[in-house]
Amino acid sequence: MNQEHASEHASEHASEHASTRIIEGYAHGGTGLAADEVWAVEAHLEACRTCRDRLSAAVGAGVPAVASLVDTVWSRLEPQLAVTRTMPRRRRRPARLSRWMTPVMVPWLAMVVGVALLALLLDLADTGTGIGTGTGSNTGSGSGSGGVSLVLLFAPVLPVLGVAASWSRGLDPAYELTASAPRAGLQLVLRRTASVLGVVVPALLLGGWATGVMVAQWLLPCLACTAATLALGGVVGVTRAAVVLAAVWAAVVVAPTLATSRTAVALRTDGLPAWGLVLALGVGVVIARRGAYSVLETHR
Amino acid sequence: MTSAVSAADIAPTAYAWEIQATGLKVRAGRKRMAVDGLDLSLGIGVHGLLGPNGAGKTTLVRALATVLRPAEGTLELLGESAGGRGEHRALRRRIGYLPQEFGHYKRFTVREFVEYMAWLKEVPKAEIPAAVQRAVERVGLADRADDRLKSLSGGMVRRVGIAQAIVNDPTILLLDEPTAGLDPAQRLRFRELLQELGTDTCVLVSTHLVEDVAAACTDVVLLAEGRLVFQGTPDDLAAAGGPEHVGDSPLERGYSALLLNPAQERGTW
Repeated sequence: MNQEHASEHASEHASEHASTRIIEGYAHGGTGLAADEVWAVEAHLEACRTCRDRLSAAVGAGVPAVASLVDTVWSRLEPQLAVTRTMPRRRRRPARLSRWMTPVMVPWLAMVVGVALLALLLDLADTGTGIGTGTGSNTGSGSGSGGVSLVLLFAPVLPVLGVAASWSRGLDPAYELTASAPRAGLQLVLRRTASVLGVVVPALLLGGWATGVMVAQWLLPCLACTAATLALGGVVGVTRAAVVLAAVWAAVVVAPTLATSRTAVALRTDGLPAWGLVLALGVGVVIARRGAYSVLETHR
Repeated sequence: MTSAVSAADIAPTAYAWEIQATGLKVRAGRKRMAVDGLDLSLGIGVHGLLGPNGAGKTTLVRALATVLRPAEGTLELLGESAGGRGEHRALRRRIGYLPQEFGHYKRFTVREFVEYMAWLKEVPKAEIPAAVQRAVERVGLADRADDRLKSLSGGMVRRVGIAQAIVNDPTILLLDEPTAGLDPAQRLRFRELLQELGTDTCVLVSTHLVEDVAAACTDVVLLAEGRLVFQGTPDDLAAAGGPEHVGDSPLERGYSALLLNPAQERGTW
């Protein structure tokens, strides 16, 4: 752009072009020119297309040695240029997407969304039969016939699975490269976590809205579990942390809920302050130990 | 128009060695000290890291890539301490690393993958397309730049690994077994590239092929059981061996002569 501008500028003032004597002299190797004339003409040629054309005409007409040298260079370059893929003018969209999630996360996220939708369907089907048979009333806030909302039950563990997939040695083939990069560390972990939440939360929002569960009731456990995975992950590795949390979740919440067919204490509205505390603790630990995410250990 | 040479390029360095380790100990796994009291100073040039399996080569390279924290001792890279906590972002921007197992995303094209790595390495956004093109051309993959990684042969994938390591024009380049899977012609081309890079970069090449070292390295580092056994030129290594030692070439004989002592303690295998 700069060059175009300069050449336009130069063509308006024809008197500013290099003289034929200087162009001829430069084409013959510049030996007949003073040093400052050579510098001036070189600087001018870089910016002026008209004079470059005049130079190439002068070379073609009067200096066969240079002309044949240029031809040789071109003839050697051309086969290479023919097979070289030129760089694209604009960067494509997938490149931007990969900043937020790795390709290996995609199937996991699809599975997570699938589970959320399945839970929603089961909940809705349950509500239907519950109303039909009239056995629906129970304690807790679930809308299923057993008084348990599956959306509520699964909400906190779904993002944990996604986070594990985003920072795992077993699932991510490029884990060692990623860990060695300057961008590795808390920032990248949070980016990927955000993309997991960006997929999971809308799915759960839909589920919560359809089944009539209060937003805070699933969102807070969901965020708290995510923060706890990251906090624990800084110590034992994100995948292990996810496994531990999923197991704890199954033992403390899912098993009693299924056994008693009542919403576990942890999921009722009185449990919310405790979840808030876990969330705050998790976030605090993650921030305090932010240096731990840039080494190989957290990838386990 | 931007200046071709920036002030940072011609500033004098504030350190004596690009890589300097004193009494370095690095754990592999929970208990084993894979690098056990290593003293090492490496400057500009191509350094071949040799040693039997289990000598601690990969652990050392990982520690130098700052993905493993040293358990003891000091490690200074480009004059900056690489031990302790912290993310070492500024330091990592100047390091290129090719791990032994080069994991990649099969559905990415060569260009996409190297671009992604350039982004991870915080190469300025405006420079990424040109840096990627340059790196891909340097490893001779310009004609396959828009092919998916799953369609490439093993040797080509290895070259993609080298391309991603040099995309940020590193001052320290760490290559762990880069010649594995390259055919003889590619290996020759790779040695040329190494020599080219070694003029202004501190290149550390871990290998078990003694002939790689002879052809491309200015300096040999021999490691056994986590300790430095020998550091010197390839000629010094060759001079260490005599006709009574095992090996097909002077370098191999020198290699087995220097490793004789540790090998006797543990048996030949």
